[in-house]
Amino acid sequence: MRAVASYVAAALLLGSMAAVPGQAQEAPTPPHQEWSWQGLFGTYNLADAQRGFQVYKDVCSTCHSMNDLHYRDLAGIGLSEDQIKAIAASVTVPQGLDDQGNPKDGPGQPASMFRAPFANPEAAKAALKVAPPDLSNIINAREGGPDYVYAILNGFSNPPPDFKLAEGSNYNEYFPGHQIAMPQPLHGGDVTFADGAPNSISAEAHDVVTFLAWAADPNMVQRKQIGWRVVLFLVVMAGLTYAVKRKVWSDVEH
Amino acid sequence: MAGQLHDSDFKNPVVQWIDTRLPIFTMMQKEYMVFPTPKNFNYFWNFGAMAVVTLVIMIVTGILLAMNYQPNTELAFDSVQHIMRDVNYGWMLRYIHQNGASMFFIVTYIHIFRGLYYGSYKKPRELLWMIGVLILLLMMATAFMGYVLPWGQMSYWGATVITNLFSAFPVVGHGIVTWLWGGFSVANPTLNRFFALHYLLPFVLVAVVGLHVAALHVTGSNNPLGIDVKSPQDTVPFHPYYTAKDSIGLCVFLLVWAIFVFFYPHALSDPNNSIPANPLQTPDDIVPEWYFLPFYAILRSIPNKLAGVCLMFGSILVLFVLPWLDTSPVRSARFRPIYRKVIFVLVLAVVGLGICGAHKPEGIWVPLSRICAVYYYLHFLVILPLLGKLERPLPLPESISKAVLRRGGGPLPQAATAKPMEKA
Repeated sequence: MRAVASYVAAALLLGSMAAVPGQAQEAPTPPHQEWSWQGLFGTYNLADAQRGFQVYKDVCSTCHSMNDLHYRDLAGIGLSEDQIKAIAASVTVPQGLDDQGNPKDGPGQPASMFRAPFANPEAAKAALKVAPPDLSNIINAREGGPDYVYAILNGFSNPPPDFKLAEGSNYNEYFPGHQIAMPQPLHGGDVTFADGAPNSISAEAHDVVTFLAWAADPNMVQRKQIGWRVVLFLVVMAGLTYAVKRKVWSDVEH
Repeated sequence: MAGQLHDSDFKNPVVQWIDTRLPIFTMMQKEYMVFPTPKNFNYFWNFGAMAVVTLVIMIVTGILLAMNYQPNTELAFDSVQHIMRDVNYGWMLRYIHQNGASMFFIVTYIHIFRGLYYGSYKKPRELLWMIGVLILLLMMATAFMGYVLPWGQMSYWGATVITNLFSAFPVVGHGIVTWLWGGFSVANPTLNRFFALHYLLPFVLVAVVGLHVAALHVTGSNNPLGIDVKSPQDTVPFHPYYTAKDSIGLCVFLLVWAIFVFFYPHALSDPNNSIPANPLQTPDDIVPEWYFLPFYAILRSIPNKLAGVCLMFGSILVLFVLPWLDTSPVRSARFRPIYRKVIFVLVLAVVGLGICGAHKPEGIWVPLSRICAVYYYLHFLVILPLLGKLERPLPLPESISKAVLRRGGGPLPQAATAKPMEKA
C-alpha cells in the first residue's frame, strides 16, 4: 500500500516524488503480502496482533526494546484491563528513586513503559556488539514497511557457497548486503498460542508484524474513520459551493 | 482634518461607532466586498486564496504542536512520538502540519506558474511579484527548519548538508557555518534556534503576505487575457463572485489534503525520518523533501561546490529580476505563440530536475540534471530577453468584456466549452 500511495503521490507531484532513496547494497524487493490493515477500510486483525504481542514478549523482547509503548496501550489490540494489569505486574521496571535517593525497581503498572531488555543502547551494544533497533516504529522506519520486516524474519538461510560471511554475521536474503547481526529469531514452534493457531515461522512472523504495525500506527483505525467523515463532508461541501457559484454567476456574462 | 471622525456609511450603531474612529469596516468593504475584480478569472486564480488558508492552518496546528514539542536533541524525537501517541488528536495535528508543508508548496508552485503563464509579474505588478519571491524564500527557510525539528535521521543529515553549503563561500564560509550551528556541528543549539526561528518566520510570512495583498490591491489583479481593466463592465465585485468561486477550489484542495492526512499520511515522507537522529550513522542517500528536489538537483549537478551553491540560490534570485528580463509588453501567454510553448519546456525542465534530485548523482542523472539546469537559466537569461524582440504577438482583444461577449454569444459554440487555457 505504501508503494501504491507513493505512486499516487508521484502522479500528483508531477513525478518528482520518485524520491525513494536507493539502497546501498543490492537486496531483492520484499514480496508483497496481504495485510488486513491496508487499503482505505483496512483494520488490524486483533487476534493476530495479540498473538504477535506474545511473540514479541517471548522472543523479540529478549533483545529489542519498544520504548514508545506503555502497557496500557495494549488495550488497543483488545486486551482487557485485567490482562494488562497481569502482564504489567509480571515484569520489574525502574520506578524512580527511593527515599534514600537510590534507584528503585518494582512491579510494572499499566502506565509503565514497556520494559527494555537493556538499560541503554550502550549496554545493548556491549552485550550484543550491535545495538538492536527499537521496534516501536520499525514498520514506518524501513522502506517496504511490513513486507520488509516479514521478509527479514523469513529470509534467513545458509549463505550461497561463494558468499564470504563476516564473523558474527548471519545470512539474510532480504537484508541490504545480506549480512545481518541478528541471529535467526524465529524457527517455528517458538511460541505456543492459547488459541491453537499455527506457529510455523511464517505464521509467527505474520502475527508479530501485525503487532508491530499496530504499535507503529496505533491510531490508524480511528484515523480512517474520521477520514471518511471528513472526505464525505468536503465532497458535499464542494458540490454545494459549486451550486452556489453557478447561481451567483448566472447573471454575469463571463 | 485633525479631530474629525471618518465618514462611515454603516448603519449599525456599534459598527458605525468603531468605523468612524477606526475605519476597518470601510476598508474591508472596499477591499474584499466591492473590490472590482476582472470577471474572466479561471480556476488558476484560486491558488492565492488557498495559500493564505494553508498558512493559517499551518500556524494554528503549529502552535498546538509547539505546546507539546521539546526542542532538545535528547527529547525532540520522543516528544514527537508522544504527540503522535498520547496527546489527544496529536496524530491529526501532526499529520495535518507535516503534509501541510507539501500542500503549501504544491499550491505555491501552481500560483507561481500562474504568474509566469499570464505575465502577472509585468508592469505595474513588478513589486507585487518581487514580494511574492520573498515569500517563497521565507517559506523555504521555514520548511527547511521545520523538517529538522522531529530530529529523525533525515532531519539531522539534511540540516548538516544544507548548513554546510555555506562553507563553500571563501574566507567567511566556515565562520558562517559555525555561527549557524551555534557550535562545531549540528547539535542542541542548532535545534533550539531552528525551533525559535521556525516559530518566528511564519509570522514574518503573515506580514509579508499582507504586503503582497496590499500591493495587489493597488494595481488590481491580472487576468487570463493579461489586458488592463478598461471599464466597470470588465469587473465584478469580489464578493460574492470570487468568494463563491474561491470556495470551490478551497473545498477541492482541502479534500486532497485530507486524503493525504487520513489515508496516506506517510506517502510523502522518508522512512529514514522515523529513525532517531544518529550523528554516527549516515543514511545511504540524503534526500530533501520533494519540494526542494529541483534546487537540490541544480546543486548536485555542478562539480564545483561554490558554483553549485551560487547556481542553486541563483535559480530563485533570478525570479526577482524577471520583470526586467522579459522584454515583451504582452502579458498573457495566450497571445504569445512562442512563449506559450517555451514556458512548458521550462516546466518540463523543473520537473526533470525534481526527478534527477531524487536520484543519486551518477549515471544518466548527471547529464540529465545538467541539461535541465542549463535550460532553466537559458529560459530566463537568454530566451525571455530575446523573445520579447523576436516574437510577433497575436492581436489583443479590445477589452475583457468584449472578449467575454464574443466568446459567450458568438457563432462558435465550441469556444464556450473549451478549457480556459485553450480559449486564446
